[in-house]
Amino acid sequence: MTLRVNDLKVYYKTLRGEVKALDGVTFEIGDAEILGLAGESGCGKSTLGKALIRMDGRMRLRGGTVELDGERLPIDDDAKMNRYRYHEVSLIPQYSMSAMNPTRRIGRMIRELLESRGVRYADVAEELVRRLRLVELDPDVLNRYPIELSGGMKQRTVMVISTLLNPSLLIADEITSALDVSTQKAVAKALAGFREHGFVKSMIFVTHDISLTYQIADTIMVMYAGKLAEKASAAAIVNKPRHPYTQLLISSLPEVGVRYADKRLSGIPGSPPSLLDPPAGCRFRDRCPLAFAKCAEEPPVTEVAPGHYVACWKG
Amino acid sequence: MLRLDRVTKRYGVGAFGGTTFTAVRDVSFAVAPGEVVSLIGESGSGKSTIGKMILKLIPVSEGSITLDGTDIGAFARRRRKEYYRHVQGVFQDPFSCYNPVFKADRVLRMIKEEYFPRVGRAEWDERVAAALESVRLDPGAVLGRYPHQLSGGQLQRLLVARALLLDIRYLVADEITSMLDASTRIDVLNLLADLRARGLGVLFITHDLALGNYISAKTVVLRRGEVVEMGETGKVFANPLHPYARRLLASVPQLHARWDGDEDAGAAGCALHDGGHAAEGERLAEVEPGHFVACAGAEGGCAAATDGGRAKAVSHRR
Repeated sequence: MTLRVNDLKVYYKTLRGEVKALDGVTFEIGDAEILGLAGESGCGKSTLGKALIRMDGRMRLRGGTVELDGERLPIDDDAKMNRYRYHEVSLIPQYSMSAMNPTRRIGRMIRELLESRGVRYADVAEELVRRLRLVELDPDVLNRYPIELSGGMKQRTVMVISTLLNPSLLIADEITSALDVSTQKAVAKALAGFREHGFVKSMIFVTHDISLTYQIADTIMVMYAGKLAEKASAAAIVNKPRHPYTQLLISSLPEVGVRYADKRLSGIPGSPPSLLDPPAGCRFRDRCPLAFAKCAEEPPVTEVAPGHYVACWKG
Repeated sequence: MLRLDRVTKRYGVGAFGGTTFTAVRDVSFAVAPGEVVSLIGESGSGKSTIGKMILKLIPVSEGSITLDGTDIGAFARRRRKEYYRHVQGVFQDPFSCYNPVFKADRVLRMIKEEYFPRVGRAEWDERVAAALESVRLDPGAVLGRYPHQLSGGQLQRLLVARALLLDIRYLVADEITSMLDASTRIDVLNLLADLRARGLGVLFITHDLALGNYISAKTVVLRRGEVVEMGETGKVFANPLHPYARRLLASVPQLHARWDGDEDAGAAGCALHDGGHAAEGERLAEVEPGHFVACAGAEGGCAAATDGGRAKAVSHRR
């Protein structure tokens, strides 16, 4: 197992109390596994991604542990985490357009970045060029400023930089949401290629777009209001979802290969509960068409089929 | 009928506007009442520029846009308001369309002050209630609230309700669902379908082909400011002929099919089109009834043209 997250709770400190953005999530990621993390805004997917690499000033660890390759990560200790960042856990940020220093040529920026992490540029320069070529970038980008590159090129450059030290875990947070469909495809495929080449051991691919996750992920984890709703192989989530939320979410997605004419899809009425003071029991209860008395108790995450986890009394 | 006829938009770029950049080139299509037309393209394809020209936010450089036969340029100064009674727009980011200092329903009150100062209070309240009902918003849940207290879907629907308070006939919906979550996105799309049933013409601008496929009767695919393919949605999506439209469709992530290994078939593009088009004559060739593909030289040499021929043969055989 590369990553083992056990009952992780991360809350945001606000003036009105603590927002329970991530409220007890347990899962594992195996070697060479791409985990797609899906859900609506505010479900805790970005919080989870951030918690694994760097908690910002408002985030508080309120319980749970994270183990990477058998070693416990001190995720609530900013200074101690530095040893793992970039070497073991790396991140591709959402806005790669603004991730690079605009006043430095890209090559120099990488050199400074590596030196700050105690790595000599000369040791990895050859590999850097090889990987740039692999994502179809001319190594000449190293002599250019970020502003001279297109959005897709910047995104690919950042991908190469992020994975240069072969991290064990890579977190890709909504990296394709600002890109056009054809660029999106190229970036997603390049990312899957990184795993094939062994540049990264495992990956968490955070996105709100389930159809995109389905293209490259091995397993998909669907979150709802700070909790895990369902986790299974990508095919099972898309074809045989068990949690009512996943089912409704999948059935609300329009597709290109279908003729709709007057057929209508439907959304999910209502909105997720406030996480300042979330209700007891199943958090999807108020919007769920199948809800019954028992849903006032919190449903445990159960394994309904090998590798298929559902948190629902009716799952 | 809202009609665009050979519309071109050039921007001056550079320090003194010395060089020009053509954002939209020679685009013609029409939106009929009760019809949703989707305008699909990637960033920089000029789709929002077209929306802005229709909304008279920027002038047209060449060609004309007409509303029921009247050039929209004629709706100047005092008549401008008259135009906006009929044509309104809703944009991408509902969160930044509201002034956070004021309550969200201020956008509705502003319509009354601007357009209907003589309408009585009771009658106005009725109209507001009717408009909110048609966008399926509960008046109690949105009136008197501040923008931050409402969800993106509610804010977006409130903006559509605002447009409905005027007797609009055409709505320009520019990426209105891209900031919304999947579970609420479909409700806003269904709302557009309801409006269509009421006889409203909608120009649905999007980069998401799946949404265009879901909602629209007609599709216009843009690339670098030019129409590469357009026609009935079913025909364009089932049988895309222009290499660019094909590549775009092949890139869309689908739920039940993974991207196949066959990389970017036909991505090399069409030599004829990259080299420019014949200066005169029809740029779009009609390959089947109601299905147009950009093609300057119809016979041979052009991937779009030859594929079009093949597609025709297939459909005849059926």
